[in-house]
Amino acid sequence: MTVEAVNSGPDLQVTRDAVVSLRGVTKAFGRGPVILDRIDLEIAQGEFVCLLGASGCGKSTLLSIVAGLDEPTTGLVEVSGKRPGLMFQEPALFPWLTARQNVELALRLRGVKKAERRLEAERLLELVHLRDSGDKRVHELSGGMRQRVAMARAFAQDSRVLLMDEPFAALDAITRDALHDELVRLRTELALTVVFVTHNVREAVRLGDRVLLMSSRPGRVAREYPISIPQPRRIEAPEVAAIALQITDHLREEIRRHGQH
Amino acid sequence: MANTDLRELESGLDELERSGEPTRRRRTLAALFPPLVALGAFLLLWHLAAANDWGHKKDYQLPSPGQTWKAAADQWSTGRIQAAVANSLIRGGQGFLAALVVGTALGLLMARVKFVRAAIGPFVSGLQSLPSVAWVPAGIIWFGIGESVMYFVILMGAVPSIANGLLAGIDQVPPLYNRVGRVLGARGFAAIRHVTLPAALPGYLAGLKQGWAFSWRSLMAAEIIAHSSRIGLGLGGYLDDGRVNSDMAVVLSGIIVILAVGIGIELLVFAPVERRVLQRRGLGSRA
Repeated sequence: MTVEAVNSGPDLQVTRDAVVSLRGVTKAFGRGPVILDRIDLEIAQGEFVCLLGASGCGKSTLLSIVAGLDEPTTGLVEVSGKRPGLMFQEPALFPWLTARQNVELALRLRGVKKAERRLEAERLLELVHLRDSGDKRVHELSGGMRQRVAMARAFAQDSRVLLMDEPFAALDAITRDALHDELVRLRTELALTVVFVTHNVREAVRLGDRVLLMSSRPGRVAREYPISIPQPRRIEAPEVAAIALQITDHLREEIRRHGQH
Repeated sequence: MANTDLRELESGLDELERSGEPTRRRRTLAALFPPLVALGAFLLLWHLAAANDWGHKKDYQLPSPGQTWKAAADQWSTGRIQAAVANSLIRGGQGFLAALVVGTALGLLMARVKFVRAAIGPFVSGLQSLPSVAWVPAGIIWFGIGESVMYFVILMGAVPSIANGLLAGIDQVPPLYNRVGRVLGARGFAAIRHVTLPAALPGYLAGLKQGWAFSWRSLMAAEIIAHSSRIGLGLGGYLDDGRVNSDMAVVLSGIIVILAVGIGIELLVFAPVERRVLQRRGLGSRA
């Protein structure tokens, strides 16, 4: 199975209402090298977009900019609705709180009244199948459980946009596979728009409706791949492998360009 | 995959990854045994040294554990030990609380304002290595012999430790926590209250513990030098009275009581708080 790689351009993908929209976003830190170079990106409501690239392609910086943690040097960023949820490779739960208190803190900072917080936190923990672990301390949870609490905490922001920065990279393969299923299920259930950064090609093909391959130094969107394999997909499925193989070849091509001086 | 299958798969994974809890009682007993052996050996050695003239020329220089116990019992029956402990604890406690307020404010100020930190940070750290007994002569000249000297010396001894402990705790907050706080919408005071301060708590507690140790030491030094019959007898004064009367048994009983109060406060106040804070976070030993 092959897939048509499309060269991205500013006039691409304006079919549905964009929830996340970037126009000519460029980022350089101080007088250093250009990290992101004229990124144009439209992400539709309910779309699952994977950003794929080697180290130094600026994919995490791009995510920080969408999250509002960083300002672009030039260009426009628009995110509709509430401040998007953001998950990192580390769960970054607060260790002085229980699992449920971590979720409750996010609710509190959003302005949810005290009386409603506990029930709402339990509902969110139930979404990630952790209702019974609400009273556990962070260190009593396994790596996969921690990432699920972090997911519940991100949902507590009540944003329909979820940004994920290699959230499963530190997990073992079995747990990661289970969390892929979980994410795909929740994404449909909650009608989420997801931007998922990874350097794992198969993971990108397993999850995404669209995979964007980024080039490095400066970071640009080099190619994009619509993935039309119906969900639920298995990461071991031959269709997934075939597309992953093709994208990997393109990725290597991009990386090789940096070796030629 | 169906939702129920996924739930079962996840709870299976969760169960397999969790570790068992060690039993606490057995660990407590195991922790108590070695120090008790050491204490017993020390008392035996002391007894032998006193009985056999080891390392001292005259009998009054080293009373036996029994004689020391008797001297302590005599002092107890007159109420001198109780009064000295009470006076010293009140002074130490009040001085420490004042140092806590000043040190915390100073630490927060240094953490928040770069200029203040750059300006006074090195001096605050330097003060930590100055033995606070060095302030006693100055204190006597400024305040005369009295309780003011003691509070002054405690403040000079404990404030730098507390301020630096809080500062170190804040410095060690992982930057990721601050990022998460910002993602969740915590700014300004909310970020300090919900992220910075709780995250800095272990370092702050370590600073408080050290601050208490410095308070207690400073107070003893001040009480030994600046005691008089006009102010209440403290443990330092009790020690010095023993020296004046060449009563080594009283001096030794004083040292033991000072040590016991120091260890007692550590075990009864700081250790439980610290253990609870660290255990919640999965840090430190679980003993």
